[in-house]
Amino acid sequence: MSLPASQLTPALAVEAPQDAAVVLMPRDGRASALSHLGRMGRGLAELTLPPIVVLGLILGIWQLIDADGAGVPAPLTIWRDSHDLIVHPFFDHGGTDKGLFWHVATSLSRVGFGFSLAAVVGIGLGVLIGASKWAHRGLDPIFQVLRTVPPLAWLPISLAAFHQAQPSALFVIFITSIWPVIINTAVGVRNIPEDYTNVSRVLRLSPLEHFWKVLLPATTPYIFTGLRIGVGMSWLAIIASEMLLGGVGVGFFIWDQYNSSRISDIVVALVWVGLVGFALDRAVALLGRFVSRGTALG
Amino acid sequence: MSKAFLSIEHVGVSFARGSNTAEVLRDLNLQVNEGQFVSIIGHSGCGKSTLLNVVAGLVPVTTGAVILDRVAVEEPGPERAVVFQNHSLLPWLSVYENVSLAVNKVFRGKKTRAQRHDWVMHNLALVQMTHAAQKRPSEISGGMKQRVGIARALAMEPKVLLLDEPFGALDALTRAHLQDSVMEIHAKLRNTVLMITHDVDEAVLLSDRVVMMTNGPAAGIGEVLEVGLSRPRRRIEAHSHPAYVAARHAVIGFLYARSPAARTAA
Repeated sequence: MSLPASQLTPALAVEAPQDAAVVLMPRDGRASALSHLGRMGRGLAELTLPPIVVLGLILGIWQLIDADGAGVPAPLTIWRDSHDLIVHPFFDHGGTDKGLFWHVATSLSRVGFGFSLAAVVGIGLGVLIGASKWAHRGLDPIFQVLRTVPPLAWLPISLAAFHQAQPSALFVIFITSIWPVIINTAVGVRNIPEDYTNVSRVLRLSPLEHFWKVLLPATTPYIFTGLRIGVGMSWLAIIASEMLLGGVGVGFFIWDQYNSSRISDIVVALVWVGLVGFALDRAVALLGRFVSRGTALG
Repeated sequence: MSKAFLSIEHVGVSFARGSNTAEVLRDLNLQVNEGQFVSIIGHSGCGKSTLLNVVAGLVPVTTGAVILDRVAVEEPGPERAVVFQNHSLLPWLSVYENVSLAVNKVFRGKKTRAQRHDWVMHNLALVQMTHAAQKRPSEISGGMKQRVGIARALAMEPKVLLLDEPFGALDALTRAHLQDSVMEIHAKLRNTVLMITHDVDEAVLLSDRVVMMTNGPAAGIGEVLEVGLSRPRRRIEAHSHPAYVAARHAVIGFLYARSPAARTAA
């Protein structure tokens, strides 16, 4: 990409030989800007081209071996069958007959609420377990057992407790995503360098000052590791629980399409689920990097 | 009997882990007068850092007591500010914020906001770090971090300044610069300083007295050496001064006699 600059040089130099030094300055600037743009472009291509090529290959092979379309439809069949669903994500015909955007938005709002609750409670419990030996001894074994219970196993019990779909779904999200937050926060609190605690002791920071000025910033990277795992797990849990609970939501949408044998629509919904899950993961990771900048270094 | 400013009296420290008890210090006595610079030197693991932590209040005594300005030390506090071995600046705060955290804590209600700001800047100026006030610790060098650590400790206006091998992790040139800075600051403020070190030259050059500790377990004080060098001291001239050479020789002799190599040879 720096090629055009080197070709430009002799041509322009011939035109203005008397004040070459003056001419050189902006030309150099443009050349470096060009090569900078070129580097950016190449970086972007290196990042996006391989996945696109591989995706094309996969779709091609899929199309070839699945030409008869029995069972799972081939890519072209999906495009034909679900064309409306793909290109119109925002339609709303009332009831559950909505575009995928609305289903995903409903699922996301449930995850947002349940996960926020899990984050707040999880960080609180994690700090407690990390800071208190007795809380650790008492609670940690219980949590270690509970965290292995699969999300859907909580569903019947939460339905029995809440009698309604919405709070039950929220509870399943909450109970699924809270464990990694608790455990990572606790590990973070236990791993606060003794130096920081000593600084806090020498300064006689009050427990509240210690929490805000030392404990929380020092634990932030651990907390975000937990949040990142938690948000992924809650996205797993929401799809499954919506399938069973019904109503609106991308999980229900998938189940509904299965019942009406619209397999193409399911594939489209799966792509949405995957992309949104990916975006959630990246969003939390990015937020974590932003909040804890400087903390990891040091 | 007139008590010294800082008095370490019959201090013993034992750590119990399960049924095992490790006795680190036994019946240790040391008196430090106000304005004195005292170094504690000894082999690794002899318990000199434990002694400093006892004075800081970070480690409780098992027997005996530490008395500073007629008050027994029972917990950590800003009147016994510590400069830790690895600077221990909080990496999420800027240089300025690291110092102002201490200043705001110690002088809240005693100084106005503007006075506290001036005090932070004054202490950063003492260690020549005003230019990096807004930088994060990760953006400055190891020597600079230690300077900021010293500024933070000085800003608390401690009765005694505790230095825990403050220059151990620095290269020789940076270490020399910082030693000069500490001497200058000590000459200006006349504060009482207790410094842990394993560098003989550092101990002799900076101190009024060098305290040599015996090896652990159950370590105590072996000898106390008065350094008969007048102040202000200059590094180059001091090195050839007979008093310096004699003091250096005495400390090395003490340490060598107690080194593991010497003991196996004997």
